[in-house]
Amino acid sequence: MNDLIEKNLGLLIAFVIVAVSFGGAVEIIPLMSQRIVQEPMEGLEPYSPLVLEGRDIYIREGCNNCHSQKIRPLRAEVERYGHYSVSGEMVYDYPHLWGSKRTGPDLARVGGLYSDDWHFEHLMDPRSVVPGSNMPAYPWLFRNELNLEVTPRKLRALQRIGVPYSEDDIANATEGLEGVTEAQALVAFLQHLGTLITERR
Amino acid sequence: MSNAFSLFVIIATLGSLLVFTLLLVLNRKVSNPGQTTGHEYDGIEEYDNPLPAWWFWGFLLSIVFALGYLIYYPGLGNFEGLSGWTSAKQLAQQQAEADERFGPVFAQYRAIPVEELADVPAAMRMGQRLFASSCAPCHGSAGSGTFGFPNLTDHEWQWGQSVDQVQATLLNGRMATMPAWSTVLDAYGIRDVTEYVVQLSGREADAGQAATGQTQFNQFCAACHGMDGKGQPLLGAPDLTNDIWLYGGSREQITDVLRKGRNGRMPGFADRLDEDRIHILNAYVRSLAPQ
Repeated sequence: MNDLIEKNLGLLIAFVIVAVSFGGAVEIIPLMSQRIVQEPMEGLEPYSPLVLEGRDIYIREGCNNCHSQKIRPLRAEVERYGHYSVSGEMVYDYPHLWGSKRTGPDLARVGGLYSDDWHFEHLMDPRSVVPGSNMPAYPWLFRNELNLEVTPRKLRALQRIGVPYSEDDIANATEGLEGVTEAQALVAFLQHLGTLITERR
Repeated sequence: MSNAFSLFVIIATLGSLLVFTLLLVLNRKVSNPGQTTGHEYDGIEEYDNPLPAWWFWGFLLSIVFALGYLIYYPGLGNFEGLSGWTSAKQLAQQQAEADERFGPVFAQYRAIPVEELADVPAAMRMGQRLFASSCAPCHGSAGSGTFGFPNLTDHEWQWGQSVDQVQATLLNGRMATMPAWSTVLDAYGIRDVTEYVVQLSGREADAGQAATGQTQFNQFCAACHGMDGKGQPLLGAPDLTNDIWLYGGSREQITDVLRKGRNGRMPGFADRLDEDRIHILNAYVRSLAPQ
């Protein structure tokens, strides 16, 4: 048996895959069937087209490489960022943007924390408002306008995997978005983040 | 989790522990101790020796530990574990402990009126930390502000300096509205008003243009900034007669403000910070400015 596996690379690979899948099979598969990760929390709406475009810019610029979007249920973290993240808030997130690295602060509840003007200033020149920041500047977001050609198709794609966009939503997806800059969409997304749960501390 | 999945998790978890144990025990005895297995790789041969005892017992011990862990903590499907531990419960417990520890401290400071709290150094150190986490991103860690975000260390208070006014600012935020005048005033009008505002702040200005500008100022701007340009904290209209400028005091900057307007916004913290913390912050913020 030992000889057989050691001398047959294909068989070895197959057994290694079986061996390491156990953890995943036990942790991931049953979780996918759980109601807690499938049921939207009360008041959760699918992202508006503007916010959705902002979210895609967030992903494109790699914001989630340095900012997490997941507040863990630890006291210090809840003290700093607000109520811990719950799965019901992220049911319409494809993909979720939890992240695992915090070069910058967590952004899960950044919505409403600063004014729009602050965000614009901060995206244009982070050091002008946060002197010690090492965040890069994103001046091109102020020059680029949204590419509205793909917006309805994005909504359609999300609808197909279960986000409850109506036909009307998709038909009117680009309404009012003419000439909107990427910076405006990104800030709309940031101001939307985590606003469903507020908690005083 | 459905019962089927729960069962699957239990079987997979306990099953793999069982398989490991069997593998371990069955390989304990070797057929030819001290002999080689017959494997040879580039002249290197492999002895057929049993596992070292420390390794064998270490592995066995870790399996026993795993079983104990799975009994005490949640891990086996829907079984909650004897401890009933959840991360949310742990957080609630930690928060309760913190409240118990810090509650009396907050209560003690709450009992002191805002005006007197500035004289309590320990409270002000708390205020400094609260300020650093909630206010510093816009107002700067020293409270000195930046372009578009008010300096809190000078004597001008756009929305008023009284305890009640600062309390209202902290709790509900503020929305300043300077309208854009480019639709009402033409290029000359903007220039004249700019000149008058420069004159108001006590600087050298073109007398003729400023005089024309004054008429328009009285008509459009005085409603908020006052006939004397000294501002109106009730409306958040800044004093224009000093050299404190939120959006810059050069002619170009004043012209830009007049053309496009400004909408300064201070977010409210009523949903984020409790009364005890707002109380301390109020005293701290007021202590930043010259009294």
